Amino acid sequence: MSNSEEDFNFAYLDEQTKRMIRRALIKAICIPGYQVPFASREMPMPYGWGTGGVQVTAACLQETDVLKVIDQGSDDTTNAVSIRKFFERVAGVKTTENTGKASVIQTRHRIPEQVLSEDQILVYQVPIPEPLRFLEPRETETRVMHALEEYGLMHVKLYEDISINGEISTAYAYPVKVNDRYIMDPSPTPKFDNPKMNFCPAIQLFGAGREQRIYAVPPYTKVISLDFEDYPFEASRAEKTCEICGATNTYLDEVVIDDKGTRMFSCSDSDYCNSQKS
Amino acid sequence: MYVAVKGGERAIDNAHRWLEDERRGDRKVTDLSVDQIKTQLSLSIAKVMAEGSLFDPELASLAIKQARGDLIEAIFLIRAYRTTLPRFGFGQPINTDKMIAKRRISATFKDIPGGQLLGPTFDYTHRLLDFKLLADGSIDEFEPGKDTEQMFQHVTQFLNNEGIIETEETSSSEAESPDLTRQPLEIPANRALRLQALTRSDEGFLLGMAYSTQRGFGRNHPFVGELRIGLISVEFEIPEIGFNIEIAEIEISECETVNQFLGSKTHPPKFTRGYGFVFGQSERKAISMALVDRALRWKELGEVSDGAPAQDEEFVLYHGDNIQATGFVEHIKLPHYVDFQAELELIRKIRKTAFEAKKG
Repeated sequence: MSNSEEDFNFAYLDEQTKRMIRRALIKAICIPGYQVPFASREMPMPYGWGTGGVQVTAACLQETDVLKVIDQGSDDTTNAVSIRKFFERVAGVKTTENTGKASVIQTRHRIPEQVLSEDQILVYQVPIPEPLRFLEPRETETRVMHALEEYGLMHVKLYEDISINGEISTAYAYPVKVNDRYIMDPSPTPKFDNPKMNFCPAIQLFGAGREQRIYAVPPYTKVISLDFEDYPFEASRAEKTCEICGATNTYLDEVVIDDKGTRMFSCSDSDYCNSQKS
Repeated sequence: MYVAVKGGERAIDNAHRWLEDERRGDRKVTDLSVDQIKTQLSLSIAKVMAEGSLFDPELASLAIKQARGDLIEAIFLIRAYRTTLPRFGFGQPINTDKMIAKRRISATFKDIPGGQLLGPTFDYTHRLLDFKLLADGSIDEFEPGKDTEQMFQHVTQFLNNEGIIETEETSSSEAESPDLTRQPLEIPANRALRLQALTRSDEGFLLGMAYSTQRGFGRNHPFVGELRIGLISVEFEIPEIGFNIEIAEIEISECETVNQFLGSKTHPPKFTRGYGFVFGQSERKAISMALVDRALRWKELGEVSDGAPAQDEEFVLYHGDNIQATGFVEHIKLPHYVDFQAELELIRKIRKTAFEAKKG
C-alpha cells in the first residue's frame, strides 16, 4: 500500500477502524434508512464539519478511486477545498470537479444535478441524523419510535404546518420514507434535491460523526418525500434562470451583487453550470 | 458580470500563514518554549490531558503552544492525535490507596489518620494581584515535609468499616467497563461508562451541572469525604510474561463525596457516594464530577428523579463533550447558503399567499 505521506495509513484511518466502519456500512445497506451506531473517531477536523462523511469516504476509498468533494453544490467552497486537500494528502487519490468522472462524491447540502450512475458512491455529511429529533429530543425515545414505526408525530407536525402556514414549512432536510419502512433525514439538502434520491442508481451513504450514526440508501431504492394527497410534495427552487449558463431546471444561488441589494441567480452546482456553458 | 468567488484554496493557505504569524507574536519577545509551558502552566496541562483523555504533559504543552493558549483547541489536537494510537488492552484497576499524595483533605472529620495535608493550593491565598511577578519572577524553592511521602487510607474507608456507607463495587473486566473512545455511546450507560464520559467532559459544563444540584435542581446533600491529589502508578499485565508491570506514574485528582442517606424502618440508612477522578491537579473538576456522578445515580439507588438536568443521563452525557460541542456550535459559520435559499423561497411564498389572502 503506497501512502502519500508515510505518517498516515492510506486514507488516514487505521485498517481496524475502517473495518468497523465498513461493517456499519454493510448493515446500513441491508436495512435501508436505519441509523446504525458506530464508534466514530475524532478526526483532524471539527465535529459538525463533515467528520462523518470523511470517515465514510475514508472507509470506501481505494487507490484507484477518483474523488469529488462539494459543499453547497460547489467544489470551490472553503470546506470542500479543505476536505479534498485532506484526502489528496492522506490517500493520494485522484480528485476531480467533474461529476461524471468521480467514483466517490462527498457532499454537504446538495445532490449533483447530473444523474449519478451505478459506478458511483454519494457520501453525505450529516449533522443531525435523526429526522424526529426536533419533535423528540431524546435518542432513547426516537429509537423506540423507529422500531415501532410510530411516525404519527411527524405527520401531525406536517399537518400543523399546513394549518398554520398553508403549506409544509420545511425547506431543507425534508423528511423521506425509505423502502416503505424508515423515515430518514436526507441531511440538510434543499427539498429540491429529494426526488433525486428516489431509485437513484448510485449508492447513497450517510455519515454523522458527532452523533455516531451511519445510514444508507442502496441503489434503486424507493425514497418518498412525506406529504398528503391534497398537499403533495413539491420540489421548489427560485423561479429564475441561471444568469451564467441559462439553465432553467437547476437549483439556484441568490447572490447579492451591489450595495443596492441587486440580486443575480446562478447554479449552485458549479460543475453542472460549467458544463452547460460550453 | 458577477463571477463566482474562486480561490478558496489560496484563501485557506493565507489564513494558515497569518495564523502562524499571530501565534508567534512579536518577534522581539522570546519564543515560548514547550518546557516553559510544561513546567509553569501545569494546571492548563491538566485540563488538556483530562479532556483530551491522554496523559502526556509534553504533548499537552505542545498542543497549548500550537493552539495559542486556547485550551479547547489544544484538547482537540490531543484528541485527534489520540484516536490514531493503537489500543493495547485493559490496564489493571488503579489503586488510589497507594497514592503518594501532595494534597489530601477531608471536610467530614476535623482530623484524620495521616492528617489534613493542604499541599499546593490556591484555597487560602488572598486573590490579590502579585505585581512582583511583573518584574521579577524569582521564588525561593520549597521542600515539602516528610508527610508527603506516605500513603493514606481513604477516609470513606473509616465509614465503610462501620457499614455506614455503601461499598463501592469495582469492575475489572472490559465488559463491565466499555471503552467510550472505541464504542458508540449508548443510553442507558452503566456507571463505569458514565464516569468515563464525565472525566473527559468539559470542566465548565460539569461545574455548571454540579452547581445546579447544589442550588436545588436535583439536590443530594454532598460532603467532601476526601479530596486527594498525587501520584499513582499504572500497571498493565503483559500476557507474554504473565505479570503486571508499571507502565507509568501519573498525577491525578480524586474526590469522594459522602451523600444523603437512604433507608426506611426496615432497611437501616446508609450514606451514598459520588466519585470524581481526573488527570492532573484538577480538583474543581473532580468535585464537580463527584456531584454529577451522584446526581446521575438516582435510578440505581431507588430514588425518585426531580427531573433536574444533572439527573438526566442523556442530557449530561450527550452534551458534556467540549470537542463535540465546539465543533457543532461553531459549524454554523460554515456556508449554509443553499439551505438559506430554500428558506427564502419558502418564506416568500408563504408571505405572498398571506398578502393575497388579506387583499382578497
